[in-house]
Amino acid sequence: MDDPVIQRIQNNPRFHELVHKKSSLSWTLAIIILVAYVGLILMIALAPSVLGTPLFAGGVTTIGIPLGMLLIVLAFVLTGIYVRRANGEFDTLNQQVIAEARNARN
Amino acid sequence: MRATDRLTLASIALMSSLPTWAAGALEGPVKQRETNWHAIIIFLIFVAFTLGITYWAARRTRSAKDFYAAGGGITGLQNGLAIAGDFMSAASFLGISALVFTKGYDGLIYSLGFLVGWPIITFLVAERLRNLGKFTFADVASYRLKQTPIRSFAATGTLIVVTLYLIAQMVGAGQLIQLLFGLPYATAVIIVGVLMVLYVTFGGMLATTWVQIIKAVMLLCGATFMAFMVMQAAGFSFETLFQTAVSVHPKHLAIMAPGNTSPIETISLGIGLMFGTAGLPHILMRFFTVKDAKEARKSVFYATGFIGYFYILTFIIGFGAIMLVMGKPEYTTTVMEKGKQVTQLIGGANMPAIHLAYAVGGDMFQGFISAVAFATILAVVSGLTLSGASAISHDLYANVFARGRTNEAHEIRVSKYATLGLGVVAILLGIAFQKTNVAFMVGLAFSVAASANFPVLFLAMFWRGLTTRGAVAGGSLGLLCAVAMIVTGPTVWVKILGNAAPIFPYDNPSIFSMPLAFIVIWAVSKMDTSAAAAQEKAAFDAQFVRSMTGVGAEGAASH
Repeated sequence: MDDPVIQRIQNNPRFHELVHKKSSLSWTLAIIILVAYVGLILMIALAPSVLGTPLFAGGVTTIGIPLGMLLIVLAFVLTGIYVRRANGEFDTLNQQVIAEARNARN
Repeated sequence: MRATDRLTLASIALMSSLPTWAAGALEGPVKQRETNWHAIIIFLIFVAFTLGITYWAARRTRSAKDFYAAGGGITGLQNGLAIAGDFMSAASFLGISALVFTKGYDGLIYSLGFLVGWPIITFLVAERLRNLGKFTFADVASYRLKQTPIRSFAATGTLIVVTLYLIAQMVGAGQLIQLLFGLPYATAVIIVGVLMVLYVTFGGMLATTWVQIIKAVMLLCGATFMAFMVMQAAGFSFETLFQTAVSVHPKHLAIMAPGNTSPIETISLGIGLMFGTAGLPHILMRFFTVKDAKEARKSVFYATGFIGYFYILTFIIGFGAIMLVMGKPEYTTTVMEKGKQVTQLIGGANMPAIHLAYAVGGDMFQGFISAVAFATILAVVSGLTLSGASAISHDLYANVFARGRTNEAHEIRVSKYATLGLGVVAILLGIAFQKTNVAFMVGLAFSVAASANFPVLFLAMFWRGLTTRGAVAGGSLGLLCAVAMIVTGPTVWVKILGNAAPIFPYDNPSIFSMPLAFIVIWAVSKMDTSAAAAQEKAAFDAQFVRSMTGVGAEGAASH
């Protein structure tokens, strides 16, 4: 694409709004999943007995099992949240920014 | 595959990405079993069908964009399935369910490492990659840097990852097929090699994508059925399932909690799996097959769902195998090992899922699952080969040797020769490494991807200050370190090369080699005050606008 379009996008405050919104969402979600995963690994390494505690008295299912499953579900849900916002709200904003930059040419 | 054969083997551990602590492999020769007709017939139907698709795809594959990226016309859902098909290897299916079978909870932890890379790819990599690239991840890495050095580096990284992965898959394929189908090792390796070359040279990305989609659907259906039957046997109660498993398993309650693992080893493995996934060239290439960033996002969302669901299934399958297979005389055999009688699973440590298939579905279903395992390998090697071939034709030939002065027809022709070459190399290496325990090779592939490809790709997209010198210096060092640390580590240095003590104490190097790559890239880029470096930094703004908005990105071809 020609430079003027890029230039106009860069000067558009709505582009910076888009960048800000998108980046803060991606990094927040990335940090949540990293903390959840590394937290679980650290628990495995430092306090394995916690994960080995039975969920209820007399049962064999341990806390570690639903926690592990929860991490899988969390990965899916966070991905879903991101894709929903990025493909909806952010994409609309993105289309507007691009349209404004292109129309300004005429 | 009943109690007629006595097999002791390291078999599928060889193709698996299991770390060595997880492999639980037995030493010894793999013997061929009697021919398994159910499996062979189901597999032949799969082959006939996929070759039909290849014929259809070949007629639609004309331009370079068709060949490398299926014309950009794959939908998000299709691509999500294909990504899952690329990623769920036979190693994941057989290896992780076997790991759950022997170690219980630890198997779940291992599969989590494979999964958590996907959200990261969604949030930080997928759409930027789609907006900046055309056919290979080198397109993105070299977007504002010097073409020749960066593409040479990226192609090297790609070819190393692809070759290591291919060897592991070929050796695993040979052994698995020998075991499940009763075909000789070399025959099995040649069949896999020939079929993958056919899919890729004639059908390009379109055929490869459909092979992966079909295989993913077969694998997900088969695994769902097995998990359902297991849950039915347990009265749809996890507590009953776990209780039965605990009473049958020799480790009893220990299978419900994490075992003893070194924290550094575990975190290093996790880092390697997580960031390695974001640096696997055959996975990254899949994002160029969709029409825009929107579809790219959808594809990772679906892929994350399918892969997460698959790992929950393998966990249930592993525990189901403890309940329905472990200790049952019809699935075990007694062999002499070092003068002692040892009772073990027929076919070796990685067979729980295959025996469970018989337990829940009889001969016919076991044949189906065996055929799915074969199809799985085929789909994974096809994706790998296509990615290796495009590194040779698109990066090395078109952009380094010919410096862009070539045409599409030439480039595609080079790509087809490269595919043929890779097929021959894969067959030869597969046969050469028959007797070697190559389990470390997938681990090495992930480590190289995490320590060389990922840092360069990530910083190219996110850090204005990245320069060509920094990327090449740090990326190469990360690559060399990952290789050196694995070669001098416990698995290769001690177990394979027979030295007394490892020089590098850990099996998983990523916790050291990846940060090292990042630091060196940063430092060298900072010190680079050349005019070229200043230009590269200045070009970041335009690249950033394109990566965020998709303005000027490669659109979809009309089909």
